[in-house]
Amino acid sequence: MSALLKTVNLERTFGAVIAATDINIEINSGEIVGVIGSNGAGKTTFINMVTGYIQPSDGDILVRGKSIIGKSPREVSLAGVGRSFQIAQLFQELTVLDNILIAHGFSVDRKLNFLKPLRSADKVGKVRSVLREYEIEEYANEVVSTLPQGVRKLLDIAMAMLSKPGLMLLDEPTSGVAVEDKFLLMDTVMAAIRKSNAATLFVEHDMEVVLRYADRVLAFYDGRVLADGPTQKVLSDPKVQELVVGHHLDLSDVKYATKKDSDHA
Amino acid sequence: MSKRSLALLLILGVATLVGGLLLPNWMSYLFTIAMGKGLVVLGLVLLMRAGLVSFGQGLYYCLGAYVAGMLTQFAEVTDVLLILLASVSFSVVIAAIIGLLLCRYREIFFAMFSMAFSMILYGLLVRNQVLGSTDGFNVANPSLLGWAPGPEGASNLVLAVAVLLVFTLGILAWRYLKSLSGYAGEAVRENEIRLEYLGGSVFKIIYVKYIIAAGLAAIGGTVTALVSGHVDPEMAYWTTSGEFVFIALMGGTGHVAAPIIAAVLFESLRTYASAVAPYTWQMILGFALLAIILFLPSGLWSLVERFQNKKPRKAP
Repeated sequence: MSALLKTVNLERTFGAVIAATDINIEINSGEIVGVIGSNGAGKTTFINMVTGYIQPSDGDILVRGKSIIGKSPREVSLAGVGRSFQIAQLFQELTVLDNILIAHGFSVDRKLNFLKPLRSADKVGKVRSVLREYEIEEYANEVVSTLPQGVRKLLDIAMAMLSKPGLMLLDEPTSGVAVEDKFLLMDTVMAAIRKSNAATLFVEHDMEVVLRYADRVLAFYDGRVLADGPTQKVLSDPKVQELVVGHHLDLSDVKYATKKDSDHA
Repeated sequence: MSKRSLALLLILGVATLVGGLLLPNWMSYLFTIAMGKGLVVLGLVLLMRAGLVSFGQGLYYCLGAYVAGMLTQFAEVTDVLLILLASVSFSVVIAAIIGLLLCRYREIFFAMFSMAFSMILYGLLVRNQVLGSTDGFNVANPSLLGWAPGPEGASNLVLAVAVLLVFTLGILAWRYLKSLSGYAGEAVRENEIRLEYLGGSVFKIIYVKYIIAAGLAAIGGTVTALVSGHVDPEMAYWTTSGEFVFIALMGGTGHVAAPIIAAVLFESLRTYASAVAPYTWQMILGFALLAIILFLPSGLWSLVERFQNKKPRKAP
């Protein structure tokens, strides 16, 4: 059986700058993969290539065995790849309810209705249950531009997850979110993702978050994958600690307890 | 839409029609022109809600008018329903072709490209002797299903058709704006990338709106041609398109009624201004537009929204 996502010798250059090169990875259904690396290491370039936002200079990207090279973001999305953004991409001047209703219309109904009301009682009921799942129902009637970053991030992810993508890419889901809210946000997101069994790649700088939620880690350095393997193994690699994390990580430290550990405690 | 709202609209429609018929001829004429222009601006508003301002709606306004004129003069077709059908069909086909190029552009490029196409039509018409060059040509009185009224009756017929069209198309436009397709326009204005990642085709959404706007502009042009009994290339000139943008800014994009009300106010203001200041009436219109931009940037409809305690819609 082919991998859900497979990249073959993936490369992207910007003029003389090599942003990503020689990326060969495979992601299977249900895997939760943390993507780490310092700024400019190639993480976002990788995410942007996989989601059709930019095209690779060389190599191939296969989703369920089919190449998505040359496909637009829309076509990649229809192939079952969802994404959220470092800066939440929403319809800023519309309410949370309108945002999720539009997402529902395109992701679930997939028909450009001309005269059927978007705000019908059954649709509103359905999307409200989604907002409840992401714990943002209380903001339903608020205009997005007035909301805190954490709520926007959750809405961004909720909208992307509506189409039930087989592969979900989260670009720094906790950036801009208050420290005390990070785990709450990730708990909510991961609960929804695990329920859908989507494979997930999330770019993250916070090692506590990576250790807590990722089953596997891809460590990027200088445009290449420096290490790829189980979270504990990759993060205890001295080379990863030196070149990617930037400091020594004591994985026995209580603050690096994984979600599994804390569930058992 | 509830039965109560529909009944209220029906009463309002009949009242508008009866009121229009009771007006003196010159006012009834202006009112019909305003209905026609209101429909053009309604189409423009659909585009503006998607963040696109067209400075070229004169193209379809003029095409609709010329198709109407040519049918009455050269094919002796005077039935208003047939004329409307032909005008809309022709304009929609042209819009479907031009839209393939135009709908790939945004902001100033969309505005200028749309204007360029209307100026091409203007250039073609002023050089065409058969179509009267800069003078244009006259349009025969319309008929309806074999009934051919006299000149005054023809004006009343066009007024009745215009009022019926405004109310019918207004209700359809209102329903459209409440649908996914309508909301999609706002989504395009706010964030195209997010929409694409949700699986929506931004091009398709804009293309459909562009074609609808062209159809509405053609209807507006047909109404104008039939009530005025004349068409000329000025209908495609950029100042005509600018006038539609003026009316759209005046009314705002908050409701389908806004462009119709603004068109009536605009025609009244222009008539009044040219009567009291025959040489400086454009200045009065200029000041009116300045006042609206400064004090009501979301248009006159924002006054209604304030009254309803709603947040005014952002101007594109």
